[in-house]
Amino acid sequence: MADSAQAAVQFCDVSYNLAKGREILYRLNLAAFSGEILVLLGRSGSGKTTALKLVNRLREQSSGEVLVDGRSTRTWNLIQLRRHIGYAIQEVGLFPHFTIARNIGLVPELENWAKEKIAARVEELLKLVGLSSDISSRYPHQLSGGQRQRVGVARALAADPPILLMDEPFGALDPLTRSDLQREFLLLQQKLQKIIIFVTHDLHEALLLGSQIALLEDGKLVSCSTPEEFVRSQDPLVRKYVEAFAGTDVRKRGRA
Amino acid sequence: MNFWSFVSQNRLEIASLTAEHLWIVSIATLLAIVVGVPLGVLITRKPALRKPVIAIANIIQTIPSLALFGFLLPAPWIGERAGRLAILALMLYSLLPMIRNTYAGIAGVDRAIIEAARAMGLTDWQLLYKVELPLAASVILAGIRIAVVISIGLATIAAAIGAGGLGELIFRGLTMVNNAVILAGAIPAAIMALLADVLIGWLEERFAPPREA
Repeated sequence: MADSAQAAVQFCDVSYNLAKGREILYRLNLAAFSGEILVLLGRSGSGKTTALKLVNRLREQSSGEVLVDGRSTRTWNLIQLRRHIGYAIQEVGLFPHFTIARNIGLVPELENWAKEKIAARVEELLKLVGLSSDISSRYPHQLSGGQRQRVGVARALAADPPILLMDEPFGALDPLTRSDLQREFLLLQQKLQKIIIFVTHDLHEALLLGSQIALLEDGKLVSCSTPEEFVRSQDPLVRKYVEAFAGTDVRKRGRA
Repeated sequence: MNFWSFVSQNRLEIASLTAEHLWIVSIATLLAIVVGVPLGVLITRKPALRKPVIAIANIIQTIPSLALFGFLLPAPWIGERAGRLAILALMLYSLLPMIRNTYAGIAGVDRAIIEAARAMGLTDWQLLYKVELPLAASVILAGIRIAVVISIGLATIAAAIGAGGLGELIFRGLTMVNNAVILAGAIPAAIMALLADVLIGWLEERFAPPREA
C-alpha cells in the first residue's frame, strides 16, 4: 500500500458479499494511476463489474477500503464522489427524454454552470468524441448505436472528472465500429491522461487498451500485469484465458 | 314528453348540473393526484410499504359506492355538505389507479438509465423529478385517465346523497319512470367520460418517452 496519497483509485483488501452470504469479491488489492487504463478482465460473474461499482459506491464493499485520491470512498460525500468520477456503460443509459445536448450537459447543469459555458462544453465534447454538433438537438433514439456510445463517453467526460469508469462501453457495437471507437479512445486517453478503469471480457480489447490487466476469476484477483507480461504469463488461469482466444494472434499488441 | 323537448326546456339546468358534475370529478381527481402520486413514489422507495398501501387502496375500491357514501356521512366537516362527501369518496376510489400506475411507471424505467443517473451524482430528488417522473408520466396519465372515467360514472350515484351533478336527473327520471329525463342525465355524463378519455389519452401519447426505433 505504498504511495497511497498519489494513487488515484486503490482497492485495499476489498471484499463484497451479498446479503445471503455469497461472496462476489474476495480481498481484492489493485491500484490505478493517472494516465493509466486498468482493465478488469474476466468472465461473466467474475466480479469485475461489482468491483467497478464499488468505486463510485453504486455498491458498498462488505470489508476493506476503496480509496479515491487517497481517501476512503466512505468518507467522501456521495454526490461529490460521483461527480468526480465519469461513468460509461454498455447499455449507455442515455436519458430518452433529453436531447443529446441536455444529456451531455446534465452534470454541468447540476453543477450550476452558466448556460453559454455548458453549450460551449457540449460542442467541445461532441468534437472530442468525433460527432458533428448538429446532432446536439436530436434525441437518443434518433442516433445509431455507435453514436450513442460516443455520446455516452462524452457525457461521462462532461465535467472533466479525473476518473473514468467504463463497463464494456463498446460491447454492443459491431466489430468495425468497435475497433474505430477503441482506437479513438486510446488517442483520447493519451490527450486527457485520466485514470480509467475499464471492464471487459474480451481479451483483444484488454490487450489493446490496457496499461494494466487485472484478471478476475470467481471474485479473486488471479494476476495483474502489463499486456506483454499477461500473454507470456505461465499462470494456468491466465493461460486458459489466453488459449481460449487463441487462433487469432494475441501476442501482437495491435496498438496503432 | 320526449327527450329533445325535455332537453331544450331544461337546458340551463342540464348545463349547470353538468358543470357541477365536472367540478366534483375535477376536484376529486386533483386531490387523488396530490395524495396518490406521492404514495406511489413512496412505495418505490420503501418496498416494505408496497403491499399494505396497495392492499388498502384495493379494499377501498371494493366498497360499494353507496355504502362508502354512507360510511363517510358521520365524518366531521366532510359530512356537513354532500358535495364534500362526494369529492372525498371519488378521491378515495381514484387512489388505487393513481398509486398503482405511479409505482408501475417508475418501476418500469430502464435500470440502466437509473443507474447512469445515480452514477452521475443526481440526488434522490433530482433523480425523481428530472428522470423518473418524466419517464413515468405517460403511465401515470393512464392511471389518471382510468380514474377520471370511473369517477364520472360514479359521480352520478353521488346524487343519491344530494351532492348534485347529472345523477340528479337520472334519479329524478327513475322516480318519474321517465326515460327522457334519465337520458338527459346519462347522455351528458357518457359524453363527458368519452371526451375525458380522448383528451387524457392524447396527453398520454404526448408525454410518452421517445422509443427506440
